[in-house]
Amino acid sequence: MLTDVYNPLKGEMFQVMDKTGKIVNKKYMPAIPDEMLIKMYRTMLLSRIQDEKSLKYQRQGRMLTFAPSLGQEGVQVATVAATEKRDWVSSAFRENATWLWMGQPMENIFLYWCGNEEGSRIPEGVNLLPVAVPIGTQFNHAVGVGMSLQYKDEDSVVLAYIGDGGTSEGEFYEGINYAGAFNTPNIFIIQNNQFAISTSRTFQTKAATLAQKGIAAGIPCIQVDGNDIFATYAATKEAVERARKGEGPTLIEAVTYRIGPHTTADDPTIYRDAAYHEEMLTTDPIIRTKAYLIEKGIWDEKKEEEARKEFDTIVEETFKKVENVGQMPLEEIFKYTYEELTPQLREQYEDYKRYMKGGNE
Amino acid sequence: MAILNNIEALNQGLTQAMERDDTILVFGEDSGFEGGVFRATKGLQEKFGKKRCFDTPLTEAGIIGSGIGMAINGLKPVAEIQFQGFIFPALNQIMVHAARMRNRSRGKYTVPMVIRMPYGGGIRALEHHSESIEAILAHIPGLKVVIPSNPYDMKGLIVAAINDPDPVIFLEPKRTYRAFKQDIPDEIYEVPIGKARVVTEGEDITVVAWGALIPEAIKAVEDLKTRGINAELIDLRTISPIDTETIIESVKKTGRFLVVHEAVKSFGPGAELISIVNEKAFLNLEAPPTRLTGFDITVPLAKGEHHFIITPKQISDKVEELVKF
Repeated sequence: MLTDVYNPLKGEMFQVMDKTGKIVNKKYMPAIPDEMLIKMYRTMLLSRIQDEKSLKYQRQGRMLTFAPSLGQEGVQVATVAATEKRDWVSSAFRENATWLWMGQPMENIFLYWCGNEEGSRIPEGVNLLPVAVPIGTQFNHAVGVGMSLQYKDEDSVVLAYIGDGGTSEGEFYEGINYAGAFNTPNIFIIQNNQFAISTSRTFQTKAATLAQKGIAAGIPCIQVDGNDIFATYAATKEAVERARKGEGPTLIEAVTYRIGPHTTADDPTIYRDAAYHEEMLTTDPIIRTKAYLIEKGIWDEKKEEEARKEFDTIVEETFKKVENVGQMPLEEIFKYTYEELTPQLREQYEDYKRYMKGGNE
Repeated sequence: MAILNNIEALNQGLTQAMERDDTILVFGEDSGFEGGVFRATKGLQEKFGKKRCFDTPLTEAGIIGSGIGMAINGLKPVAEIQFQGFIFPALNQIMVHAARMRNRSRGKYTVPMVIRMPYGGGIRALEHHSESIEAILAHIPGLKVVIPSNPYDMKGLIVAAINDPDPVIFLEPKRTYRAFKQDIPDEIYEVPIGKARVVTEGEDITVVAWGALIPEAIKAVEDLKTRGINAELIDLRTISPIDTETIIESVKKTGRFLVVHEAVKSFGPGAELISIVNEKAFLNLEAPPTRLTGFDITVPLAKGEHHFIITPKQISDKVEELVKF
């Protein structure tokens, strides 16, 4: 088991591919078919382009506040790619590439970031929970879904994501402890992107790694290079297989870097050293994955250019479509509080509707 | 028919609901093997096995958060919080997720979960074992809050709560768990959520109460008869959504309104009820709608708690004051 080989207490981080795209740990190189590798890279690239364009849309006042996944596409795709369609994901709010991989339509993602709840109407067959903004709460949901799978005797597993700051929350510990106690089919992914808004990872805890927090809960844990899709995939795959066999939960700390701001309301240049930032940019998962694929002979600059053009169009057209979606109909803001409107809600709705009809629209 | 006390009626309701629907899971701290500290879930693990009725680690947020996850994937969790005073670590999950999941996901994911807990004072307990925070929970859109006052309602409301498609907070007046018995039907039945019950009819004043104060209010109504006053007592049963119709119909008849609750006064459920009465029956009122409630203090420990507990005499004295207004 990889979790036995790489001990977070000894500061051992699992890496297969270095930042230049060279395989430095052949022994643990996962066997991923070329077709899937290309799909993984293309999803990373699509997410990158979506985020870059979204930043522009937001600055142009065409989009509301959103949380870009820039720089974290590798960990997001490599973890979810290790699961199957029947598996579940309980994410936080910075998992754009994961969502795309799962089949959450980009249109939904844009709707959400444009202030429309319709974006969280997850399509049938996509086992994704909606965005969870309150930090850490999504872990216990993941455990509950895991318990339901155990109860129904299904062999699906549940992937849950949290950030480095999230590991300081009570519900992080409660979630991994509960999962351990019930031996649930959970894989907990910490996207350690070095910053919780402006607070650095080093200030967050005295623990040398975030992975080691799994030790107290009695669950296998490992720190991986999250910008290395091979290490991340291999560690997740192993955890998924164990969970599927009923061998319980795993905690994976994926070390990555948030290239962009926390959200568009944040200015990272205030708290992030420019030289440090430049250095971290060299760890970009897209750069190294692309280099690997080119070296392997299954990708080239022409394909890259074609893919970028294709994704430019997809993003632009999808955003235009979403931009043209109008305001939320009044009925819709009342409709989903309960299965049926309570007498109080019906009265409030009718009163307001009457007021609007009286020339106050 | 069987003569049962409140806790036995609750246990029977849970048992019969679980017999009918194997997606119902019952869990909480000490809820499995021991059947809960008050024995509400006694015998369920034995009857239905550890997969359907189990103990959890001590984590209120975990109990409720995992319940949300189970509900999303089609189960019907009935979670127990050992005392209402311990709900606070789970309030985050209840308020920001359980109550909102339907709206957030446009109906794709729902949380038909029941969150049971004993509430209220009068058992000479330690701190945090005597609160009545129904207003905090009833303030949250997306939640329903019910409080049964007798064995018949205890069974019928727990069945209704389990069958309800939305999250229901089920508050059990612990003071009267074993205080009295009632003949209730053997078969499974529902008491509808959102419907109050007229306990005694009268024309002089409308008195609304719930939970452990219903037996006290019944005593007050009896006492008031000797003072020549006929009070109409309404057991609210559901705190949210409030049965406005039953209350307003009564106030239009009596012209007077008193709400009695154990919860602290300011921003309490009484304030909501009085607002409803003012909005909908203002011109029928012959006296100011009034509340008789707990003080705005931490519930005192045993040596001072008697000052906090509302007595039948306090209720009838307040009623008499309003009738003579």
